[in-house]
Amino acid sequence: MNGLFGHVNQNDESSTEDENAQENEQQHADEPENEMEAQTESSDTQANQDQGKRYSVGIDLGTTHCVLSYVDLSSDDDEITQQVLAIPQLTSPGVVEEKKQLPSFLYLAHEAEIAEGSTTLPWTASADHLVGDIARNLGSKTPIRLVASAKSWLCHAGVDCKEAILPSEAPEEVGRVSPFQATKAYLQHMKDAWENQYPHAALEKQDLIITVPASFDPAARELTVEAARSIGLHHALLLEEPQSALYSWINNSLGDWRNHVNVGDVILVIDVGGGTTDLSLIAVTEQEGNLELTRVAVGDHILLGGDNMDLALAYTIKAKMEKESGNRLEAWQVQALTHACRDAKEKIFNNPETDNVALVVPSRGSSLIGGTLRTELTRDEVNSVLVEGFLPEVAASDRPVSRPRSGLRTKGLPYAQDAGITRHLAGFLAKQQAATDDLEHVNLPDNASFLHPTAVLFNGGVLKSAVLADRLLNVLNSWLTSEQAPEARLLEGADLDLAVAKGAAYYGMVRQGNGVRIKGGTAASYYVGVESAMPAIPGMAPEVEALCIAPFGMEEGTEEALPDDEFGLVIGEPVRFRFFASNTRREDGVGVRLDYWTDEELQELDEIEITLPEEGRRAGEVVPVHLSAAVTEVGTLELHAVSQQDDHRWKIEFDVRAGEE
Amino acid sequence: MNTTYTIDLSLMPTTLDLWHVYLLAAVLVLSIILIIVLLSMVMGMARRAKQPAVEVLKTVEVPSEPEIKVVEKIVEVEKIVQTPAPEPIVLKESSPDAALQLLGLLQKEARFIDFIKEDIAAYSDADIGVAARVVHEGCNKAINEHFTLDTVRTDQEGSKVTLTEGFNASEVRLTGNIVGKAPFNGTLIHKGWQVTNIRLPKLTAGHNANIIAAAEVEL
Repeated sequence: MNGLFGHVNQNDESSTEDENAQENEQQHADEPENEMEAQTESSDTQANQDQGKRYSVGIDLGTTHCVLSYVDLSSDDDEITQQVLAIPQLTSPGVVEEKKQLPSFLYLAHEAEIAEGSTTLPWTASADHLVGDIARNLGSKTPIRLVASAKSWLCHAGVDCKEAILPSEAPEEVGRVSPFQATKAYLQHMKDAWENQYPHAALEKQDLIITVPASFDPAARELTVEAARSIGLHHALLLEEPQSALYSWINNSLGDWRNHVNVGDVILVIDVGGGTTDLSLIAVTEQEGNLELTRVAVGDHILLGGDNMDLALAYTIKAKMEKESGNRLEAWQVQALTHACRDAKEKIFNNPETDNVALVVPSRGSSLIGGTLRTELTRDEVNSVLVEGFLPEVAASDRPVSRPRSGLRTKGLPYAQDAGITRHLAGFLAKQQAATDDLEHVNLPDNASFLHPTAVLFNGGVLKSAVLADRLLNVLNSWLTSEQAPEARLLEGADLDLAVAKGAAYYGMVRQGNGVRIKGGTAASYYVGVESAMPAIPGMAPEVEALCIAPFGMEEGTEEALPDDEFGLVIGEPVRFRFFASNTRREDGVGVRLDYWTDEELQELDEIEITLPEEGRRAGEVVPVHLSAAVTEVGTLELHAVSQQDDHRWKIEFDVRAGEE
Repeated sequence: MNTTYTIDLSLMPTTLDLWHVYLLAAVLVLSIILIIVLLSMVMGMARRAKQPAVEVLKTVEVPSEPEIKVVEKIVEVEKIVQTPAPEPIVLKESSPDAALQLLGLLQKEARFIDFIKEDIAAYSDADIGVAARVVHEGCNKAINEHFTLDTVRTDQEGSKVTLTEGFNASEVRLTGNIVGKAPFNGTLIHKGWQVTNIRLPKLTAGHNANIIAAAEVEL
């Protein structure tokens, strides 16, 4: 195991070191035999060794699963031993298991539901919140008490994420929680699990990276960081998930990645997770002979993922069964069917010779044989529902279909209306056609109607199935071939389930100067809406202009001040601004005013709000301020109102979501 | 042939015949050997006499102390006797919790108890087959999740195998015509299974493992 890195130096090492290495190797070799003993032993010895150790910890705070991975920073080895924390979690009342993934679910149990003392975890006698496997298991039978997809709510315009709104379908009596609290609960659980295993290496003393979707808006990023801070993790940094996946791939290649990418490459990272699809483009450029990576574009937040696929399949089968038997399936049967479909689809995908798999919906009672329903899932059904439904063969000119939302919109998540991931991809690549214009090494042919990626990196559990991954790559390549561009190649060797967490832990090492860092900065430019100076027209809302306050690609730790425009803010009165983002307008500098834009170009985010506290001023006084934007080291956007008179600064809050909207 | 030998003790030989010379020589040789043997015995005794002298001292010393320690020594002996005594009845008591836990897991994932407790006589093979899928799939999942299984022998079943002397009799069981001595040559009938790792869930203190599946009441 030792010396995979830095083979060249090994001859220089002293012989004692070599011996040590061999000893280590032997210890490793012994481990699998008595792993059980080794585990308990190692946790004891680790506890003693922890003191003074430093780890780089990466947390993948996923929509459906959370993973924690870590790297020992204090070890002198060239080799990076990356580990994934086995997270102890309740799986059913009274039963604790260790799993590498913590399902991102929270269950609000009724007090009569859980016997006393049956929610013990290694670090607490009774857990505050039921999170992880137990939440998912209990919630599958009692959905009204299950909080799921809290992460998607964080990025949902129009709701206050600190308001207790989840589960949204719960009856009045159920004490709800906010998406923010749920996120906090998942982080808390992982923090406790970490400190249970490494009691002498408190998590707040380690380098901590939390991943967020590249498409997360500033408010959602801010909320994620705030959730971490509220449990004492003040130093957590943010990293975009597709970047993290690429870091993991770089780390997995053991230094060989430079042979797999060339200057001028544009790497398309496609991350199809349980609940979201995240797209990013990363360009490979050269600076003084060294390869550089720059993240040039990110896609929109698409709520479409593996869970949608399983549901789609289940509903297809449900329709088939109801047609055959004439009986309606009950909710619990559909639930069981969804489970069965998930496993069956994987069987069909993984075994090319299997054309149909039996699906069985067992009865709920103790009579198993009597009430059990049986049907079949065929390869044709899987192909038509999943492959054709989610990854249709479309032309590069196709765009995702969006129907206007119906007037009576229930208060739910804005799921993607078009299930065609390939159409979303086509839209993204066309929209980002100009993303690499500023890079001298990347040359897009003149006839290109969309940005041509040259390499593809997959991430997310869905793309583990070769059928879906191949289809996605084939569709992309058909677009490229139609424009006489070379086919994109697949970057192999990614660990689709754990890559994001692993990449985040590796990023902690990169930040210390051990490896190439992906540059990029903010993936959008930001604007506030200001009323244009026009005579008022009765009955018409005043025209709004968008004033750019943060340009595209602002690096972490930089700040932009607004040069000229000033706003008069009234002390003590909240002032709201409309807030916009654009992930295509790269050229707008601070202070640029747009009086016209298309919906494609600018997306409206939640309003931002400023309230100047009185602090020694008179209420009602008008203070002229500039708006200034900064990107923190953490990776969040911060807006400030800066007084012109005395340079006093007030923070502008993002998370004032108009809940009543 | 009819010669008679008379014994007369007063008779003295008058001439030195060959027989008497032989007799004399034999007496001389024997007496010399006797002297040498006696000498060597005396020397050996003298040499050994020095060491035993110390030993004797020791043996004298030892009883002087143990006189008091005798009781202690007896206690020690009793202790030693205690451990080997239960040897003939060393039967490990299996922990019922782990067994109940396994039943619980199989019931949860595979509806194992439901299936076993159901009267299958009333159903057709097709119906039982449908339910068997649930059980098979679930058991497979539960076992894979909590145990790492490996075969004992990697050879193909039905192939010829040779067991060298000192093979592990708990790993390989001999059947059939067991005669002679190792190495044994035979046919591998079953490749065997062994668990190399167990990952059973931990239970909270108040958990009642006897409840393999809780009754379910829908509201």
